[in-house]
Amino acid sequence: MATHLVPKPALVAVAGRAFGDAHPESPLAVAGLTVSYGDKPVLFSVDYAVPPGAMVAVVGPNGAGKSTFIKAALGIVPRVSGEITVYGRPLAEGLERIAYVPQRASVDWDFPATVLDVVVMGLYREIGLLRFAGRRHRERAMACLERVGMAAFAHRQIGQLSGGQQQRVFLARALAQNADLTIMDEPFAGVDAATERAIVEVLKALKAEGRTIVCVHHDLATVPLYFDHVLLLNVRKIADGPVAAAFTPAALQETYGGRLTTAQIDEAAAAPAASAS
Amino acid sequence: MDLFLSALLLQAGYNTAVVSIGAALLGAGAGAIGSFVLLRKRSLVSDAVSHATLPGLALAFILMALVTGDGRHLVGLLVGAAASAGLGLVAVEWVARRTRLPEDAAIGAVLSVFFGLGIVLLTVIQSLDTGRQAGIAAYLVGSTAGMLKSEAETIAVASFLVALAVFVLRRPFVLVAFDPEYAAARGIDVRRTDLAMMGLMLAVTVIGLKVAGLVLIVALTIIPPVAARFWTNRPEPMVVIAAAIGAFSGYAGAAISSTGPGLPTGSVIVLVAFAVFLASLVVSPQRGAAAMAFAQLAFRRRVHARQGLLALAHGEPIYDGLTLRVLRRAGYIRRDGVATLAGRAAAAAASREEAIWSLYRRLNPVDAANADHQGLVPLEEALPPDVVADLERRLRGETGLTAAEAAR
Amino acid sequence: MSEFLMLSLVPMLVGILAAVICALLGNFLVLRRQSLVGDAVSHVALPGIVAAFLLTGTIAAVPMMLGAAASAIVTVALIELVRRVGRIEPGAAMGVVFTAVFALGVLVLEQSDTSTVHLDVEHALYGNLESLIWFAGATGPSALVDPAALGELPPQLGRLAVVLVVVAAFLAAAWKELFIGTFDPGFARAIGARPGLVGMALVVLVAVAAVAAFDAVGSIIVIAMFICPAAAARLMTDRLAPQLAWSVGFAVASAIVGYVAAGYGPLWLGFADSVSAAGMIATVSGLILAVACLAAPRRHGNKPQAA
Repeated sequence: MATHLVPKPALVAVAGRAFGDAHPESPLAVAGLTVSYGDKPVLFSVDYAVPPGAMVAVVGPNGAGKSTFIKAALGIVPRVSGEITVYGRPLAEGLERIAYVPQRASVDWDFPATVLDVVVMGLYREIGLLRFAGRRHRERAMACLERVGMAAFAHRQIGQLSGGQQQRVFLARALAQNADLTIMDEPFAGVDAATERAIVEVLKALKAEGRTIVCVHHDLATVPLYFDHVLLLNVRKIADGPVAAAFTPAALQETYGGRLTTAQIDEAAAAPAASAS
Repeated sequence: MDLFLSALLLQAGYNTAVVSIGAALLGAGAGAIGSFVLLRKRSLVSDAVSHATLPGLALAFILMALVTGDGRHLVGLLVGAAASAGLGLVAVEWVARRTRLPEDAAIGAVLSVFFGLGIVLLTVIQSLDTGRQAGIAAYLVGSTAGMLKSEAETIAVASFLVALAVFVLRRPFVLVAFDPEYAAARGIDVRRTDLAMMGLMLAVTVIGLKVAGLVLIVALTIIPPVAARFWTNRPEPMVVIAAAIGAFSGYAGAAISSTGPGLPTGSVIVLVAFAVFLASLVVSPQRGAAAMAFAQLAFRRRVHARQGLLALAHGEPIYDGLTLRVLRRAGYIRRDGVATLAGRAAAAAASREEAIWSLYRRLNPVDAANADHQGLVPLEEALPPDVVADLERRLRGETGLTAAEAAR
Repeated sequence: MSEFLMLSLVPMLVGILAAVICALLGNFLVLRRQSLVGDAVSHVALPGIVAAFLLTGTIAAVPMMLGAAASAIVTVALIELVRRVGRIEPGAAMGVVFTAVFALGVLVLEQSDTSTVHLDVEHALYGNLESLIWFAGATGPSALVDPAALGELPPQLGRLAVVLVVVAAFLAAAWKELFIGTFDPGFARAIGARPGLVGMALVVLVAVAAVAAFDAVGSIIVIAMFICPAAAARLMTDRLAPQLAWSVGFAVASAIVGYVAAGYGPLWLGFADSVSAAGMIATVSGLILAVACLAAPRRHGNKPQAA
């Protein structure tokens, strides 16, 4: 009757280090990540390892845990459970290899800072304790501003910028960090088309340098266009992998089920992928 | 002790009795209006309001002293206090709304500047009129010792009127505090209601000055409502409970304060209220600290157990030490990690539930989103039995296996 | 001249130093929306000082400062605890904790035998600038360079000078961390700028400054000195370093004009006695803020412009 009907005995690993050994090249790997507010989980038991050198879109319905996933993975919000490693090392050690670009709305833009001031923040670790930013640092910051096309605004007060300009400044700050992994939370929300193109160009250039990008993304239509990997979240991980394999109507149905019409899902899944570049 | 008991039982003299009742009514009124202000998130504006009473108090004193020779008429003083407090309130709104400064800066600025001006006027009084001005100092920390019978009665009556006004206006207050947009859609003038709310807050503050002092009257409008918050989630019960806590604090505090010197009334009342707050914080079954900590731990254990059982069922490695401990303690795995019989059964059950939920999510995504607690709530509690039976049938029908078998 | 040196020089200097210290820290309190932490800390300075007095039996300055700093830390920790455990909004949590702590302070003060020491509630609340007399100054300008005479300066002056140096050093050393941590705490945490630690240090310094300024302007008016010059400066400019400079300027002006108006104003108006210098300083700082709210160039903040 029976032995094949009974689950096999569990394998056990002894310590968190073992999880790091399982994914040594992944810029960010999580296992069993669970986050809850009160007693309803917002994120439950998510296992995911970011492929090195990939450009990943994190998609899912609103309120289904996309931003929470990022913040929990970076230790910004507390988690109920979950192991996290960065290039196989514990989070605390690996954090300096990650650049995080939060949502624009999370900041008070009436703060007394210029565009250049904000970008220089990205050089914090390099400037060092008890020191001030020098000419060298300011030049580096200017170079980053030029990459995003905002060099002319260097001395503008940040409250005077449009949404798209603010997003570019945040991206410049991330560039200044010279990080191996850049994580952006809804970078294209509420920005004009020109800014969107500019940001995508910068991200593609980063990828060409061998760096990894992860974006929480809100626009399904552009996923195949901009990204080569996708992670579908709706409290749990629904699917992940290369866009061609994972970004299917079935997976989208399960992720967004009920919140999008079938037509929208089919359209999204059928969108032409970007030509190899 | 005897003094305290007799004060508590209203047998320590007419004055003390009236003061105790007045303090109780004051506490009730403060607790009631304070609840709405708390819900409206304007609690600290009352701090500015109370400190802004000082210049008005001083000016009223000076004017009355010049005209009648004695500046200490309670009603006149309170009118002056109300006027400058009202000015302070307007100033806070104006600074917060018309400049880039945040509301807390506006509150702090008005609070301290008006108070500073009040201190200047106090020293003017000192130089004009020696000896009589000691009465004003009592308004800083409150003192019911030597309170006149008429004053105590005035306070009692005024407090009662405030409590009455809160009762009369409770409907619009509740609606505006909960959801101003909905209230506006229902035809309620939100601006006027807010004005009435802050006006009553101002009235309570001014009335309570003599009893609690201007620094501490704020406490009576904040502590009882916050304490009440631990006992209920709904606004009407909260107001009632806050009023009750405020009344109790006022009554007991005034009684204790009358038993001896060196027991300033305001401080004692506030400390009684704080004691009630602490008790509520710890003890309350719904939101008290003990209950919440317990619930948190239990939740954490449930999450780890669930994740562990699912990993067990799918033969996946478990990295988290806490998960392993939870499984071990529940008797699901042995020390060496091998699943026990109970563990295998539990894992199979978890797996079956997962399959059922997965099917339910696919068929009814909207309903599933509301009901699905990720397996942390037992299936029987989340879904009605006929739904479960139907899903089981479908699984079996689709594959010819039971749900448990299909899960593998 | 000797009268000025004896009676007015020290109070004015003390007032100026206190105002400048508070204004420097106040810039960050206003930006971090923590103006009311200044309120809370100033209110609980009193119980901290009372506790120090009861424990040490003296009103020496160092125990007082330690008492106030300890009281501030305990209060802020309690506020955080109450906020988290009770899930209450921060303003209400603050209101509950600091009023209760203040009430405790007043009660203990009234209960303990303070008849032998000058620690009455009113002076704790509004300071006593006028009592800082420099007797040696009576000998004229030569006292300014005479070490013996300088040794007789009231100790509050030296204390405040030390606190000013400490505050200035902290701001210089932690400038980047304060800047980043105030603008974007999430990013600050991710990049290792320790926003939590720096925030705590700021609060501790606020407590120390509150006590140091205690003697000059009392604990409640200190709040005016934390907020008003900095708030007025905030309305003058869009850059942080100039904002600090403006706030110092406004603080100095408040201290000087306030002291002079309190001491000499009534005389000019024909009255005999002076009025509270501390109260007047707070009032003047408030007037400066009011004018700034009406007329300062950056009072409406920034609006985004078309892309």
